[in-house]
Amino acid sequence: MKKTLFDKVWDSHVVHKIENGPDVLFIDRHMVHEVTSPVAFLGIKNRDIPVMYPERTFATADHNTPTINQHLPVKDPLSANQLKALEENSKAYGISYWGLGHEKNGIVHVVGPEYGITQPGATIVCGDSHTSTHGAFGAIAFGIGTSEVEMVLATQCIMQQKAKSMRINVNGKLNKGVTPKDVALYIISQLTTSGATGYFVEYAGDVFTNMSMEGRMTVCNLSIEMGARGGMIAPDEKTFEYITGREFTPVGADWDKAMEYWKTLKTDEGAEFDKEVTFDASAIEPMITYGTNPGMGIGICNGIPSAEAVEGGVSTYKKSLQYMDFNEGDNMIGKPIDFVFLGSCTNGRIEDFRAFASIIKGRKKADNVTAWLVPGSHKVEAAIKEEGILDVLHEAGFELREPGCSACLAMNDDKVPAGKYAVSTSNRNFEGRQGPGSRTLLASPLVAAAAAVTGKVTDPRELMQELV
Amino acid sequence: MAYYAKHICNNNMAYDKFNILTSTAVPLPIENVDTDQIIPARFLKATERKGFGDNLFRDWRYNSDDSPKEDFVLNNPTYSGKILVGGKNFGSGSSREHAAWAVYDYGFRCVVSSFFADIFKNNCLNIGVLPVQVSAPFLEKIFAAIEADPKTELEINLPEQTITLSTTGESESFDINDYKKQNMLNGFDDIDYLLNIQENIREFAKDTPL
Ligand code: SF4
Repeated sequence: MKKTLFDKVWDSHVVHKIENGPDVLFIDRHMVHEVTSPVAFLGIKNRDIPVMYPERTFATADHNTPTINQHLPVKDPLSANQLKALEENSKAYGISYWGLGHEKNGIVHVVGPEYGITQPGATIVCGDSHTSTHGAFGAIAFGIGTSEVEMVLATQCIMQQKAKSMRINVNGKLNKGVTPKDVALYIISQLTTSGATGYFVEYAGDVFTNMSMEGRMTVCNLSIEMGARGGMIAPDEKTFEYITGREFTPVGADWDKAMEYWKTLKTDEGAEFDKEVTFDASAIEPMITYGTNPGMGIGICNGIPSAEAVEGGVSTYKKSLQYMDFNEGDNMIGKPIDFVFLGSCTNGRIEDFRAFASIIKGRKKADNVTAWLVPGSHKVEAAIKEEGILDVLHEAGFELREPGCSACLAMNDDKVPAGKYAVSTSNRNFEGRQGPGSRTLLASPLVAAAAAVTGKVTDPRELMQELV
Repeated sequence: MAYYAKHICNNNMAYDKFNILTSTAVPLPIENVDTDQIIPARFLKATERKGFGDNLFRDWRYNSDDSPKEDFVLNNPTYSGKILVGGKNFGSGSSREHAAWAVYDYGFRCVVSSFFADIFKNNCLNIGVLPVQVSAPFLEKIFAAIEADPKTELEINLPEQTITLSTTGESESFDINDYKKQNMLNGFDDIDYLLNIQENIREFAKDTPL
């Protein structure tokens, strides 16, 4: 039978099938962080059972960590307690732990690929919905709830029904100023936030083939925002090159054996998907969102659609615009903004900082803008320094913070105040996501940079210059 | 099935059994209710599963000075019950199981909508909240019936997989896989099942390089 990439990886990890029920799926690698793991650890403790394969679980602290003065004790007692719980649980069960201050610390979905924990054909889960990021390497990767974290700790398996399959093709050449983030926001705007619910997505077409690994991660990361369980891209030479020589990447005979498997990881010619959609790359413009879910995005030069022109309920739509204090028909260009956030597992990698720097180089941060530039990991932070990007940032009046999730979910002090607008490279513009009452405009690092130097929503194409 | 016996001797009931639930319902006719609304991130700092119901829909329910927002449905004494009825695409966004815990801890045992986000639905099933997906027209009927009479009851019959409006007797069936249904009926969770097949898992793991 002809199989999709998703079929191949899923089917090879099924330990047991239950009729009219879920599959028991073996999990190769499991990542945990401080927020969604403590209750799971408590669960196995109460049941008095060990972690079955501690070497398959990796812990990092990221969601609830400060992004300044990480060398000092964490002030908020609840946060400090949660971080301590992760450290103690990791130690008690023999799990590798990259806590605050550790040189390998960073956002879970940034450090996984950086150290080769993420590999093609693997099953990877984490108690965080953007686990889909790792699908960029041809892995099946998705977010799970805390009950499932407990299952993985206890048995290295979860129980889930196999998702339906969807292929999203984007072909053609991308326009100037259009980044992987724009491609993803465009797809979500077309499919809506529930358009891929129940599906596992494979991205195909020359746009993804030509994309860097960082870009592929950005796209797969955002799969969840269209409701998909996850998204994946078939591994190719770029993938293999990226993972070569990383700490957890196999070497020698193990590498050869792995390569044999990895080379089989593509959808068979003629394999059928439950759903297939195709987009034309040339239709995509730099994107920005105007509402309170990631599906509410438009080309940056467009006006906000009228309630009647969009799918879904009119009252929900109006409530959303009211929250943003925007009107139907408003142009996005020129809207004043207060905050810029560059970071998160969506756009907190080195390529994103390069893109940001390319726009702000030789310019100055706008006075009305507070900018939080937060690298996804210490490795990214180091690269920013090595490549001279830090100097560019400083010259333009920006500071670099320390790694973590930061204003992506605003669990720490990086909160956008009520009523303020933030152009954010993260993944969610839900009400209050970046702080109670905050208003988020999701966009690419280029759009964020253009806003940071002009103080308003600006078309980055007008400011584009040679890459640094 | 042997594993059920194991559950019982472990006395390891994960949550209360679910059979037939007849209750009034709380209407929330908003689409795309995401888990950041159900429980905002700043309330995820606990290391135990306790007290999340207090912060259910925190920012829709309370002003910034912690006074209740009069116009939010949970603050309206007219509406109460063990069933929450939400608009399409309920539970989207973050995978935080805390959202399902908050719903359960507040006192809801069932959420009705015309469409659920995947992870939220899974989380609910894992902790004993029954997600009931109905057709869009039936959801409209439920909202209309509750608006006309807040004392309207819904009967959720898990063995029969039906949901019925008490006022008109109108009914619809809903889907749930047999395995999860048995779990809900018996108050079981997945871990004991998995522990019982640990040997199979070990066998499997032998051929699976790290
Ligand atoms: S950066 Fe945001 S989306 Fe990514 S792992 Fe952290 S909180 Fe989750």
